[in-house]
Amino acid sequence: MSEFFSMGGYGSYIWSSYGVTAIAMIVLLLATLRGLRNSRRELDQLETVLHTKRQRRNRKSRKAT
Amino acid sequence: MHRFAKPSVFLKLTAPILPWLAGATAILIAAGLYFALFASPIDYQQGDTVRIMYLHVPSAWMGLFCYVGMAICGAMSLIWKHPLADICARATAPIGATFTALCLITGSLWGEPMWGTWWVWDARLTSMLILLFLYLGYIALVNAFDDPDRGSKAGSALALVGAVNVPIVKFSVDWWNTLHQPASIVRMDGPAVDPSMQLPLALMILGFTGYYFVVLILRVRLELNERRIRALHLSGMFDDNAQDAEPYDPGHNAETSQ
Repeated sequence: MSEFFSMGGYGSYIWSSYGVTAIAMIVLLLATLRGLRNSRRELDQLETVLHTKRQRRNRKSRKAT
Repeated sequence: MHRFAKPSVFLKLTAPILPWLAGATAILIAAGLYFALFASPIDYQQGDTVRIMYLHVPSAWMGLFCYVGMAICGAMSLIWKHPLADICARATAPIGATFTALCLITGSLWGEPMWGTWWVWDARLTSMLILLFLYLGYIALVNAFDDPDRGSKAGSALALVGAVNVPIVKFSVDWWNTLHQPASIVRMDGPAVDPSMQLPLALMILGFTGYYFVVLILRVRLELNERRIRALHLSGMFDDNAQDAEPYDPGHNAETSQ
């Protein structure tokens, strides 16, 4: 097992290559997912406000006629 | 062509593909890692360090692939002014920049034990560093304008001009005889890599490409959401004297309209 991790003496180079690549790809994916979740939340809030405003306006215009 | 380029159509088409693509990507990368780390032989000259190749070559491939995609999207955005082309280019840039940086880092980690140096100003390495700067420049440029349309015009022009660097990267090892080895996969007389090493390499290249498309789809959704938020804020619908004008809607909320 330790032979596997030492990689013929080049373990530090090989494992840091795999580590850096894994971290970069995971961080990019998670950052994208987090941004997507935040934008969806903000959009939902905006659309709820928009919806209630529209209803209120419709009610007002119905009263006027 | 334009019908498929509509943001709402993009969302409808990609929503069912995404889980399959993500699953296939995970399997490809897992299989690639197994063959790269366990089930492939060591190189007779480089020993175990050849295992860095299974990250270095796919990263380099993705760095170039993403740039070509970004430049084509930039051209389409300039010619047809289609918002989706610009959105795809913007979504591609950070992915391409990440892979280009990874190519340089893994290359360094491979160069130190094999060449005895972390870095040389060799034509291949230098043109790859320029590729990274082109990505970073593009990202900085498109975000430097308050008006996304002006940013996209400047960014697309930069992406197109920078595309001359792509063949320079590819052929740098043939034009200049330097430390980096010449092409060993895409060459006239077939790959010069042993079949036992071709398998993990192919799996990792496919896996990285799949990863790109998964993150691309997610980032396009993110960008569409952000444009919709911007449009809602600009529409004046949130002023007290809200008018009846409907704001620009590039395909509704990317998540809820599936």
